[in-house]
Amino acid sequence: MSGIEKGYDWVDDRLTSSNFIKRNARKVFPDHWSFMLGEVALYSFIVLLLTGVYLTFFFKASQNEVIYNGSYIPLKGVKMTEAYASSLNISFDVRGGLLIRQIHHWAALFFVASISVHLLRVFFTGAFRKPREINWIIGNVLLTLAIVEGFAGYSLPDDLLSGTGLRITSGIILAVPVVGTWVSYLIFGGQFPGVDFIPRLYSVHILLIPGLILALITAHLMMVWYQKHTQFPGEGRTNNNVVGYPFMPVYMAKAGGFFFVVFGLTALMGALVQINPIWAFGPYTPDQVTAGSQPDWYMGWLDGALRLMPNVELHIFGHPLSLNIIIPAMVVAGIIFTLMALYPWIERWITGDTRVHNLLERPRDNPTRTAIGVMSLTFYVMLWIGGGNDIIALNFHLSINAITWFLRISILIFPGIAFVITKRFCLSLQRRDRDKLLHGVETGRILRLPNGQFEEVHQPISSAEAAKILAREDVQPLPIPAKTDANGVRTKHYRMKALQARMSHAWASDAIPVPTAAEIEAGQEHAAHQVHDAGERYGIEPGKPNTDFTESVH
Amino acid sequence: MNYDENEDKRAVDRLFGGTSEPAATPDPISHDGPAPAPGVVHIPRRTDIDPVAAKRAERQVSMFFGFAMLAFIGFVVAFFAIPKDKIVFVPVIGNTNASNLTLGLGLGLGALLIGMGAIHWAKKLMSDVELSQERHDLAPDAATRAEAIEAISEGGAESGLFQRKMLRRSLIGAMALFPLPLILPLLDLGPRPDGQMKHTLWAKDMPIVVDVTYQKIRPEDIPVGGLVDAVPAILPTVEETTHNLNERAKSAIILVRMKPSEIRAQQGPNWDYEGILAYSKICTHVGCPTSLYEQRTHHLLCPCHQSTFDLADAGRVVFGPAARRMPQLAITVDSEGYLVARGDFTQPVGPSFWERT
Repeated sequence: MSGIEKGYDWVDDRLTSSNFIKRNARKVFPDHWSFMLGEVALYSFIVLLLTGVYLTFFFKASQNEVIYNGSYIPLKGVKMTEAYASSLNISFDVRGGLLIRQIHHWAALFFVASISVHLLRVFFTGAFRKPREINWIIGNVLLTLAIVEGFAGYSLPDDLLSGTGLRITSGIILAVPVVGTWVSYLIFGGQFPGVDFIPRLYSVHILLIPGLILALITAHLMMVWYQKHTQFPGEGRTNNNVVGYPFMPVYMAKAGGFFFVVFGLTALMGALVQINPIWAFGPYTPDQVTAGSQPDWYMGWLDGALRLMPNVELHIFGHPLSLNIIIPAMVVAGIIFTLMALYPWIERWITGDTRVHNLLERPRDNPTRTAIGVMSLTFYVMLWIGGGNDIIALNFHLSINAITWFLRISILIFPGIAFVITKRFCLSLQRRDRDKLLHGVETGRILRLPNGQFEEVHQPISSAEAAKILAREDVQPLPIPAKTDANGVRTKHYRMKALQARMSHAWASDAIPVPTAAEIEAGQEHAAHQVHDAGERYGIEPGKPNTDFTESVH
Repeated sequence: MNYDENEDKRAVDRLFGGTSEPAATPDPISHDGPAPAPGVVHIPRRTDIDPVAAKRAERQVSMFFGFAMLAFIGFVVAFFAIPKDKIVFVPVIGNTNASNLTLGLGLGLGALLIGMGAIHWAKKLMSDVELSQERHDLAPDAATRAEAIEAISEGGAESGLFQRKMLRRSLIGAMALFPLPLILPLLDLGPRPDGQMKHTLWAKDMPIVVDVTYQKIRPEDIPVGGLVDAVPAILPTVEETTHNLNERAKSAIILVRMKPSEIRAQQGPNWDYEGILAYSKICTHVGCPTSLYEQRTHHLLCPCHQSTFDLADAGRVVFGPAARRMPQLAITVDSEGYLVARGDFTQPVGPSFWERT
């Protein structure tokens, strides 16, 4: 017995690990490039943990005043907080410190970005449907935590830019009706900026939120593992199987390798592309600001909402009610996150679909959902553009007032237009899919028939492609309920059921029917004839694929 | 329980590539074991059929790992050899810190090469035969569910939680109060709002001094069209004792001078001094310092959310999300001819808050 085997047995005798390993070592995972997005998020988080621990060794989370005496000459002798001074020390006086700081910041940007794109993938492919609603909710919470964690992180160095972000945060908290001032006094330990906030934010940033994220990521992954990953439709792929490569060795190597790719690329960004040069901003002071102050990308939409909101402030019983802050910072953000979290149940109520779904849908397979997604994304992106209105005005020599007014109006119109266009686009793709199945694809070969007629040769699509198209289901709208039953008794919850049926009609009634088996057979027979004819004419053996044909097919 | 020793051994072999006793046939397809996916044609790769190609792939993977070693050694060398403040010029990037660059390249390329090697290995040398596994119904059968519910209700019944009303209610009551001692101490995170937000350091005859240098200002120091960032003269003394920036956050002002004929309105009669106007610098929206002043239009723009105030028209909001005009400070000169305040702001400065009234 080798040493490794002995060691294996030692663990096995105590933990029955063989039981788990025999079932899981060769667990199959499906393959698709988009399944990598969540992985990027996971690996970015690991990079954040590794670099973050390193930073904690050098960073001093304190707002005590010190006179800077480090090696960055322009700030020598300047009064600043210990937090800012230690951030400068990390950047200039610790070997590799700047690199780790930059990797940490880049990884944070990638973390939120990959979570966001992963969420879009899950949404547009319907991966959130039963049985994966719990993981959808966990994912939503993770996104929220990641945004808060990122904001907390870039607020810690106490440079002029980050302090400005905190000033805005304090202004938003003050706008909360009734308790705002009180909450602000608690958080900041009195008036803004005080000397307590950065140490408190530090505890939140390095302990509380990372702990929550770590716990939720663990639950997220365990559930993916237990429920088995969704897969895209294709040959041999059904709702009851999972087709792909085994975890060991293929995914161990691919996923493990991919961690190093993410780490490597993030480190290269830290080496080559400067991020958040805090020394250029100077220490925070509440009476100074730099023009063109921009938050990290994931806060841009919230900042944009603040910028676009008209200046409405009401007074109730003499107290100010700052709708110009409450609506963009609390109401809009609250609605967005609530609707997003509840979406699986909203869709399920409208479609009445309570089945288990392990096969993903392509975005075109569910035009209304895709349209809702693009509509929401349009709204988000327009807020985000609003967050950069000063940068746009400066670079394109436009009036900032004109940009703001354009966005104020179009943010109410463009999402609707995006919905309609997206839905039509999806339906067109469905029509095209149907055409391809029934009539094959154009080969580019024109036949001249004996009677002088010209005809283009069509070739049936491959069975792999046909399987993808045929995976779509014909969705039947829910029946409109009768107001009363046969005995004249009023149907229970009639209004609700009628609304549900109407929504379900709007959802599904214009879908293009998936071709029936008979239709396909008839269509392909015709196409096959053509290919046969063409084959004879060009001297191609029937049944043997012509390379020209296959090339023009793809 | 059927214990299959061989299966365990095979698991170990699979794990560690052991050669002790290879199974005569590939793993039988158990209900859990992977099976080749039906309906998918596997086209063998070059490396599957050509040992030379497979050897070449192995060399490529090892090359990636080998270069990774070099990159990490490069990191170590750079760490000791390159001074941390050395600046080098790199095309495209410009001037950059040599230590940061080389350390980052060493770490980044090394990690990237490990990753590329592993993925190349997986793609070229590990089996790319697609396997299929059955999914199991996540919802358990009715019997299992009934058993589970039975267990819960048995446990519940034994605890008496459902029958003993008094016990249940008192427990709920105790649990409801439990968070109180945990949350209450948080009230000491900060003082109760004390009305300080309504006052600043400005007072009658408080000299106005230039920010940073703290020098007193004479009216003739400010030309028409000029702008000066200013603070109350007492501020540096106050900051020496409080060691915080709270007062600065409220009392920062800007002084602008325009022709008296250009002033259309003020917040009080003759609050200017010969065309010099003093306004709070703190935006009434969410509190950023406003800093962009357009001489020609007398507009003051906040760089955070673009609220724009017309300083020639009593600080009126002309654009943006701010709802209230910029508070004005009444000023005059003292007996020595220096600019001074005539009192505190008549309204709280900065963002709205509930007690502002």
